[in-house]
Amino acid sequence: MSELVKRYTSRERANHWFIAICFILLAVSGLALFHPAFFFLSHLLGGGTWSRILHPFIGVVLALAFFFFAIGMWGQNKITAADREWQKRLGDILCNKTQGLPEIGKYNIGQKYLFWTLVLSIALLLVSGIAIWQPWFTPAFPIGIVRAAALLHAVAGFVAILAIIIHIYSAIWVKGSIRGMTRGTVSAAWARHHHPGWYNDVKKRN
Amino acid sequence: MALQSLDIKARSATTTPSPSARGEAVKVAKLIDISKCIGCKACQVACMEWNDLRDEVGDNFGVYDNPRDLTDQSWTLMRFSEVEVQAGKLEWLIRKDGCMHCADPGCLKACPSPGAIVQYANGIVDFHQENCIGCGYCITGCPFDIPRISKKDSKVYKCTLCSDRVAVGMAPACVKTCPTGAIVFGSKEDMIHHAEGRIADLKERGYQNAGLYDPAGVGGTHVMYVLQHADQPEIYAGLPKDPSISPMVALWKGITKPLASFGLGLAVLAGFFHYMTAGPNEVEDDEEEHTS
Repeated sequence: MSELVKRYTSRERANHWFIAICFILLAVSGLALFHPAFFFLSHLLGGGTWSRILHPFIGVVLALAFFFFAIGMWGQNKITAADREWQKRLGDILCNKTQGLPEIGKYNIGQKYLFWTLVLSIALLLVSGIAIWQPWFTPAFPIGIVRAAALLHAVAGFVAILAIIIHIYSAIWVKGSIRGMTRGTVSAAWARHHHPGWYNDVKKRN
Repeated sequence: MALQSLDIKARSATTTPSPSARGEAVKVAKLIDISKCIGCKACQVACMEWNDLRDEVGDNFGVYDNPRDLTDQSWTLMRFSEVEVQAGKLEWLIRKDGCMHCADPGCLKACPSPGAIVQYANGIVDFHQENCIGCGYCITGCPFDIPRISKKDSKVYKCTLCSDRVAVGMAPACVKTCPTGAIVFGSKEDMIHHAEGRIADLKERGYQNAGLYDPAGVGGTHVMYVLQHADQPEIYAGLPKDPSISPMVALWKGITKPLASFGLGLAVLAGFFHYMTAGPNEVEDDEEEHTS
């Protein structure tokens, strides 16, 4: 591994991992209140009552950190024609057959879908979460809104957790990705292979 | 449960069966005959006294209701409605509001904390505050707007139907104190029978639409009303005509729960087996050699 390419700054990495820690705490406490099968997870935050108290505060912190993070990569997540071509070969890609793929930028369409899914689901979680935040805000909302918010919060939470499961697996599956977020750099071969458009941009700028 | 009379039939956030060796118990019910109620509020006082609750001294806001609403300290409340059911015939309808003890309780269905809400074999729905986490989902689930969160401890409270008294063979405090016999208590079967007599009497006196309020949408209730105008329960301070658990709550606490949990489990397994079969996506070493 001779040549390295900078992928994430230390500030981006710190923010990513801060969001990740918040997300895990939220997923754990959220799932605990979602299905009795997960109720044991409430003990990780100090019991059911502590989970109920802490979850919304962590949620607001995550939403703030996430939107700060998302603004920084907003422009690089616009879906292009090359992305759509790439998507047509998803079956091949999942079988690790990656010859002759269209040239894509810093993010492929899977990463872009993840980005937009998280932007949408976290926005919905924030809004619906405020309506079901006891004891502070719920009394201000009519019961019909609170019921709809509880359902929406569960559905959006499910979507977000599902998206993160796919995100984590992709990082495990595609070797050489994780160091982009832990060390800030990826190998030049990795960049050329997975994100040739981005690699060429980086080369041109340097 | 230590007491056989408080055997638990259903328990919140619990997916395994409750102890059921003993079989069916006698279902109890409280019957409130609105046509006999004089609005003296002795039931409110008895409730406070027996349950050792002290609400704040309320204020007069133009009607007899005091306090204005149910609270964590007021588990029952007389709601006064002045209604012109027929033109020129004003009726003063007084409804003792409180938990209806649904056979299919929306609160219990919505509660995420194991054992915070239970339904006894006798039909009483009770909150066990020591297990309550204060999320307020029960409020979301209740079709009658009954549970109230305490500002002091963020736990939810409501009428227990004096489960402690009933457990030892006594009638609820409100029943015991009612001076006109408007509130009676016994087996649900007996109470339905008693209501039939009252309804026949009311019909004889000209209340053609008199009837029993035991709404089927929540599986029937263990607190029932005799209404002079059973065709329009809404005139009794907004008693819902056909209450049921909200479709939102039914969807959220019904199919969504197992389906989403299954979906998340499946996603994790799909990843695991993809890795074990297709293997990791690696940039080959020679590719680095060729292109650089």
